[in-house]
Amino acid sequence: MLADKDRIFTNIYGHHDWGLKGALQRGSWDGTKTILEAGRDWIIDQMKASGLRGRGGAGFSTGLKWSFMPKKNDGRPHYLVINADESEPGTCKDREILRHDPHHLVEGALIASFAMGAHVAYIYVRGEFIREREHLQAAIDQAYEARLIGKNNVHGWDMDIYVAHGAGAYICGEETALLESLEGKKGQPRLKPPFPANVGLYGCPTTVNNVESIAVAPTILRRGAAWFSSIGRPNNVGTKLFGISGHVNTPCIVEEAMGIPFRELIEKHGGGVRGGWDNLLAIIPGGASCPIIPAKDCEELIMDFDGTRAVKSSFGTAGVLVMDKSTDVIKAIARIASFFKHESCGQCTPCREGTGWMWRVMERMARGEAEKREIDMLLQVTTQIEGHTICALGDAAAWPIQGLIRHFRPLIEERIDLYSANPKPVEREMMEAAE
Amino acid sequence: MAKIIVDGIEVDVPPDYTLLQAAEAAGAEVPRFCFHERLSIAGNCRMCLVEVKGGPPKPTASCAMNVRDLRPGPNGEPPVMLTKSPMVKKAREGVMEFLLINHPLDCPICDQGGECDLQDQAMAYGVDKNRFSENKRAVEDKYIGPLVKTSMNRCIHCTRCVRFTTEVAGIAEMGLIGRGEDAEITTYLEKALSSELQGNVIDLCPVGALTSKPYAFHARPWELVKTESIDVMDAVGSNIRVDVRGREVMRILPRLNEAVNEEWISDKTRFIWDGLRTQRLDRPYVRVGGRLKAASWGEAFAAIATKVKATTGSKIGAIGGDLASVEDLFALKSLLVSLGSSNFDIRQDGAALDPALGRASYIFNPTIAGIEQADLILIVGANPRKEASVLNARIRKRWRAGGVKIGVIGEQVDLTYPHDYLGAGTETLADIAAGKFAFGEALAAAKRPIVIVGQGALSGADGRAVLATAAAIAAAPGRDEGWNGLAVLHNAASRVGGLDIGFVPASGGLDTAGMVAAAGQGALDVLFLLGADEIDTSALGSSFVVYIGTHGDAGAHRADVILPAAAYTEKSGTYVNLEGRVQLSNRAAFPPGDAREDWAILRALSDVLGHRLPFDSLGELRKALYGAYPHLARIDAVQPGAFADVAALAASAGSLGKTAFVNPINDFYLTNPIARASAIMAECSALALGQVAAAAE
Repeated sequence: MLADKDRIFTNIYGHHDWGLKGALQRGSWDGTKTILEAGRDWIIDQMKASGLRGRGGAGFSTGLKWSFMPKKNDGRPHYLVINADESEPGTCKDREILRHDPHHLVEGALIASFAMGAHVAYIYVRGEFIREREHLQAAIDQAYEARLIGKNNVHGWDMDIYVAHGAGAYICGEETALLESLEGKKGQPRLKPPFPANVGLYGCPTTVNNVESIAVAPTILRRGAAWFSSIGRPNNVGTKLFGISGHVNTPCIVEEAMGIPFRELIEKHGGGVRGGWDNLLAIIPGGASCPIIPAKDCEELIMDFDGTRAVKSSFGTAGVLVMDKSTDVIKAIARIASFFKHESCGQCTPCREGTGWMWRVMERMARGEAEKREIDMLLQVTTQIEGHTICALGDAAAWPIQGLIRHFRPLIEERIDLYSANPKPVEREMMEAAE
Repeated sequence: MAKIIVDGIEVDVPPDYTLLQAAEAAGAEVPRFCFHERLSIAGNCRMCLVEVKGGPPKPTASCAMNVRDLRPGPNGEPPVMLTKSPMVKKAREGVMEFLLINHPLDCPICDQGGECDLQDQAMAYGVDKNRFSENKRAVEDKYIGPLVKTSMNRCIHCTRCVRFTTEVAGIAEMGLIGRGEDAEITTYLEKALSSELQGNVIDLCPVGALTSKPYAFHARPWELVKTESIDVMDAVGSNIRVDVRGREVMRILPRLNEAVNEEWISDKTRFIWDGLRTQRLDRPYVRVGGRLKAASWGEAFAAIATKVKATTGSKIGAIGGDLASVEDLFALKSLLVSLGSSNFDIRQDGAALDPALGRASYIFNPTIAGIEQADLILIVGANPRKEASVLNARIRKRWRAGGVKIGVIGEQVDLTYPHDYLGAGTETLADIAAGKFAFGEALAAAKRPIVIVGQGALSGADGRAVLATAAAIAAAPGRDEGWNGLAVLHNAASRVGGLDIGFVPASGGLDTAGMVAAAGQGALDVLFLLGADEIDTSALGSSFVVYIGTHGDAGAHRADVILPAAAYTEKSGTYVNLEGRVQLSNRAAFPPGDAREDWAILRALSDVLGHRLPFDSLGELRKALYGAYPHLARIDAVQPGAFADVAALAASAGSLGKTAFVNPINDFYLTNPIARASAIMAECSALALGQVAAAAE
């Protein structure tokens, strides 16, 4: 369990002042100038050494990502874009940062911008986050007022931060769709290459980072890369905000060490599974797009990138959805399929047509109104979508269904048998009643 | 150059080639829907997926990846790309299945049937079974005007139409709304598209979602006889294909010609065909007692002979129409000359163009393709959007490439690209030519400027001075060697050809205005109108008017004798486009009834008049024509104008008066007799005028 002294987000529950005064008391903005004076290369080296992997779900090394920005300025401005479009079902960690610890993010934005030669940062906030945006904006205003950021600030690096408010589309959390949306266009992902580090926002070099990745940077640089990398397992280091939701006794957001065993996480912070550990059916470890993990694999599950990969799932954003045995897991996945069908942008063919197809089959399977051969067909359709699309939404839509079929095929077959033994039960009852 | 191995074949291609182009260079076929050479890359259909070695283990969209973005092999071997591997086959089958699950099975009643990309590629790359047992998506059809019919159930969301209208046509009126499977292509407000190039979306649409409304359910592609020809609706000389069933022209499609129209044609070119069927003159008429009476060819010729023999050559005149071919004009000129007349003119609008000043003084010297090399474009007294829509698209293409200044002197119009509006007329032109204002300075410094001079500027009182001023700008010092920026923008297909063969008054002869005035005063006894309807036919007084043409239009109403002729789809003729390119049209159908080809009518008439023309066949006519004007024999080539002529013209620059330029074309859709006979064009015209009225309110 993570010691209190190792926590980065010390006001994640909002018990204290979220404003500048409180943040200063908690250590934010302490020695920021010294960090900047250490230079660009030092910051990037430290970030690389810390082993921080992007907290948005893909887990790409943050330091490496920063280093992709052109070293020499070719006349185009550089941009930092912070992705606060947190829309994945089951994930709500960035929200807590935005509303309770926004100065971590503001300070991180300054440091990251400096490290990549950007004078402007945009923070793209999810459309539904109203209060969160207000707090963030207030924190930015406070920082401007205290001349922590802005022109001629105390840190000697001109820096403007703009908050952009989305309109509630999930796809705008995809980095290039986010850039399109930020430019005022329809939020549809761009083709890559060119990558944003080369041609990003308004055609200029851009780095898009998750809120948490940026917010942890100041503390890492203050306390040293070695401190951060000493927490957790190799390749999966540091602290992480875990979200625990679903059928647990005390759902919560908690900062924990990477590599915490799943059972410990649930028992210590989630108050245990509703009805006891044996009542656990399955979990989705990192937001709706991650494949489901059945209870038997949860016993020894280590919550980090490699631990979840070992059970053919992914770590995602560490927003754990816990399902107990009262859950109709087929229906749950059908609901997730409905989400992805609704949020597909409609740009490219496999996702546009495939998500609707998968959802309709899933709905029927939830009722049992399907053929057993359709299970394999559905699995095959998911592979026709996965890896064939412009962005990762196609993959995200395919994985939950693949996970369901991988672990719960007998359940689906049972439901189909049940239905075919007594098709359309409602109609029959009505007929009998009428007789 | 970059090396790449495609299916085991190593090719050397430019590094900015896409994988799709590289595959084509290696002879490998890659199916595609959304990709189009002339539009931006969307990469959304996913049909062109290929396998790339060394990258992530998933297929790559070949239209969106450059060769230079590929990683070479571990020892520096060229990157490897596969277009026939099992992964690629599976990917194509998958995408094809997704495209088809919501596509209706209405091929038997779909106008795209037989020339449908989806049909063809489903046969080639799809699977034969259907696994989709849900309901298909239903999408409401949209109204986007009288020309393009929509059947939105069939749409595969390739967005070619959206990209064409925004990028090439320059109207931001189509888009994709909604998202996911509810995404729809629409104009949102469901009003007619306002582009003169909108018909091209029919060709671009890879499925039957956008089809030709006038052509709907009229024919199937395999029933049609296809003839390659040349368009005469404007002076661009777009290359077209005329599709005919029996005697009737069923539709007109563009042909590829990079130098002229790329692969676009204007709506007038495409949808004119119903005008070829109505109001046709299909037999000779002679005016008897004030009324036109049907007559035989012999009676008609006899009536003409009586009048011609009763007068002298100097009292006979001829005006060439806008759609006449060079052969027709040559025959008419030969006849007039043999009758002793020097009164003939091809310039119905009285433009101050004179072949005596050299060919460079009346053609579009930089050529249409040359627009793309320009660093500055000055448009004087013209609206290229209406006078030469396809050429306007080329200017827009140049503008999109960036680094060009465009200025307009004349009427203030929407050209689909931003430009500096400089002023209304000659005074502004004089200022700009003198290097005044920011634009004048830029013009003086330009290396490859183009001065587009429209007929609106040339037909006024200052026409000659405007032309000379434009020449002076083009010939100013500091221009690139070999660059001739004087560009006369014609709007009549016959004009350059007519000027080439000197169909202008010989010494002492009357020009168009002179002939009309003389006819009104009774000084001109016989006037031949070769399809000339754009003059004031009510002002011809009591002169004897012989109308040789195709449609019952202004000229035919005034005529004393009507000789029915062949329209442009019904004869083989030479047309010289505005850049001086000689092109040959072909006969796709036969003229209706007793109508004959114009040159044959003139040849027969010459016999009756006792001045037999020295050719008995089109071949002999052409031999004579080519003998007199050798450059006309070089089909598809441009005989460049001499720069010295432009310099000489520049030296003759007189003083400019004070006139505002008026654009010659008010109604794009009704510029010639065929268009005025077309119900489709009438509908478009009414709609366009209505839109203008609505905008003014």
